[in-house]
Amino acid sequence: MDLSYTPKQDAFRAEVRQWLGEHVPAQRLQSFDTEEGFRQHRAWEATLNEGRWGMVTWPEALGGRSCDLLEWLIFEEEYYRAGAPLRVNQNGIFLLGPTLMEYGTEAQKARILPKMATGEEVWAQGWSEPNAGSDMAAIRSTAEIDGDNYVINGQKTWSTRAVWADWTFGMFRTDPESQRHRGLTFILVPLDTPGITVRPIPQLDGLPGFAEIFFDNVKVPVANRLGEEGAGWSVAMATAGFERGLMLRSPARFQETARRLVELYKENRATADSDPAVKEAVLRAYMDAESYCLSTYQTACRLTQGGKIGAESSTNKIFWSELDQAMHATAMSILGARAELLPHAPDASGVGNWLDGWLFSQSGPIYAGTNEIQRNIIAERMLGMPR
Amino acid sequence: MDFTFSEDQLLFQDSVRDFLANEVTPEKIRASWETQDGRDPALWQQIVEMGLPGITVPEEFGGLGMSELDFILLAQECGYVALPEPLVHTCLVAVPMLQALGGELAAQWLPKIAAGEAKVVVGLEQNLLVEDAHTADLLLIQKGTELFALTPQQVTLRHNESIDPSRKLYAVEFDGSVQPVASGEQATYLVNAALNRGALACAAQSLGLAQRMIDMTVLYTTDRHQFGKPIGSFQAVKHHMANIAVCLEYAKAPVYRAAYAIANGQASASCNVSHAKIVACEAAKLAAKNTIQAHGAMGYTWEVDLHIFMKKSWALANTWGDEGFHKTRVSDYIFAEGAMLGAGNTF
Repeated sequence: MDLSYTPKQDAFRAEVRQWLGEHVPAQRLQSFDTEEGFRQHRAWEATLNEGRWGMVTWPEALGGRSCDLLEWLIFEEEYYRAGAPLRVNQNGIFLLGPTLMEYGTEAQKARILPKMATGEEVWAQGWSEPNAGSDMAAIRSTAEIDGDNYVINGQKTWSTRAVWADWTFGMFRTDPESQRHRGLTFILVPLDTPGITVRPIPQLDGLPGFAEIFFDNVKVPVANRLGEEGAGWSVAMATAGFERGLMLRSPARFQETARRLVELYKENRATADSDPAVKEAVLRAYMDAESYCLSTYQTACRLTQGGKIGAESSTNKIFWSELDQAMHATAMSILGARAELLPHAPDASGVGNWLDGWLFSQSGPIYAGTNEIQRNIIAERMLGMPR
Repeated sequence: MDFTFSEDQLLFQDSVRDFLANEVTPEKIRASWETQDGRDPALWQQIVEMGLPGITVPEEFGGLGMSELDFILLAQECGYVALPEPLVHTCLVAVPMLQALGGELAAQWLPKIAAGEAKVVVGLEQNLLVEDAHTADLLLIQKGTELFALTPQQVTLRHNESIDPSRKLYAVEFDGSVQPVASGEQATYLVNAALNRGALACAAQSLGLAQRMIDMTVLYTTDRHQFGKPIGSFQAVKHHMANIAVCLEYAKAPVYRAAYAIANGQASASCNVSHAKIVACEAAKLAAKNTIQAHGAMGYTWEVDLHIFMKKSWALANTWGDEGFHKTRVSDYIFAEGAMLGAGNTF
């Protein structure tokens, strides 16, 4: 065990810090769930890519730096420290990209990855259906083969970023006789294909962060299939696997929230201390964010050395999502009567972006497999309890 | 950056785990409750034969010269079996204190510890009482800003019964005319170092205790049937258990980080230890709370072994610095002017 960074890692951090210091927009971008904000975030992805910072874990040939998981964690620490914009194409670069590298054909990689890297094509995920939420194997949307095409019919929902995205990916039932997770195929679909209707769904903040996607005889080339026909489930499991999860929610984000919470508490101590539970909650936020970081480093080191991830990784999502919720709840307590005010309200002094974060934190225990589903997985696969 | 244990460290853990699993059974623990001093000389002899008391003793004094970090996984295993013998505190608290005191004391006592010929305990004012004072051959006792090295002949012991029958606690009184072995700043430094190591020892054992309670309860809820099914198949029971697993999983890395900080003399050690103790003891307490619930009425009995581990968990949570003490230390750290918090400041 050696808990110090190597000179190479330190140099990498310094390089990231310098570049971000020179390029992170001084003005906070608008929400990527608005049309203008989406455009701004797309432009930021292009800027990142020009600096070869778009996806540092990708190979050099694709504009990456072949970083390992530890360098990824360092990159993220600097990224969140710098207050850099959220990643509008996260469904593409973090989830689909690595899966494509593993399962995609050379033609698919050449066609899709470069434009994904530049943000020219932004991806929406298409996992859920109205009757396939927690029970994802209940997917009913079909893809019927017709010559060189699949003809897709059905509906996806809760498709994050689908309102302005260019592509979506998801599983479709290619074998109409099949049950559950068999007979599903992973297909990539351009959202401007005739027959597609995207209906925005306003989220808690009123902005259309996700959407329903309706497919009415949508023709997609068979060449858009990722992996074998009928193998969609295993491709999807790889996409949703731990390393991707680690990439999506690395600890830096929560450590920065915890740091800001400590600041908020210190600024408002005179009023915040009227609730004696607040100080402890702030303390808890700091400790839990540190615990998450320490644990992630431990796992990343093990994986970097060729170790395999076990069922204990299912604890990850519960931990960060409940931490995020708790931290924002504490911020709301500290802000007191100001907590409900939108940042532009005339008397909302010093409320920052806590309300936005609070709203978003409500979704954490729900998306990417509800925390109840995660608890079942932990009990059955990690602890070996009976089904 | 390498946050993993070495092959050797993991192998050592495996062999100690196997040894303890065979030798420190709940039946033997219960048997030790019936003895005069609550300790099992035959078991201690086996521990000595494995070389365990000398793990952290420097090689020049006949030990293995290993660090707190080398011992931390073993401490966890001692927790897993709720080992009543004072091995963990010998290795993590008494030996480092003697080593820091140096001189005649170290030269005289460290070889005896390594050879299994003597037991040494440390008593701090932070702790109300001294653990295992009754079987100690040397007692290192804090009084204010002074530290005393006392033989059994120099002290009067007053036994205090704990709810955990394996814990033997004593008030230690001695004649004020004895000369201290350290005083002032040196004593304060030694006391703080011992407190950190003692707290780390509690944290590591708590990880093991939590895991033991999970394992016992997974077995119980698989065997026990109600409504025609194993009760472990019910989500309400599963979620109780999953909550412990989450809490325990995220308590481990802080404990290992604290062990590393101590072994490497890092400035952040006190805060790291307090963080570790808070979260590890919480994991054990949550395990106790949720596993007694999963056991139903059986969990409330003397007969079922669960209470061996629950009671130890409860006790460890408030010794070597209670929760308030450790929370205050972490909060002093994070609320200090110029504290380096946030991403990139963990290591």
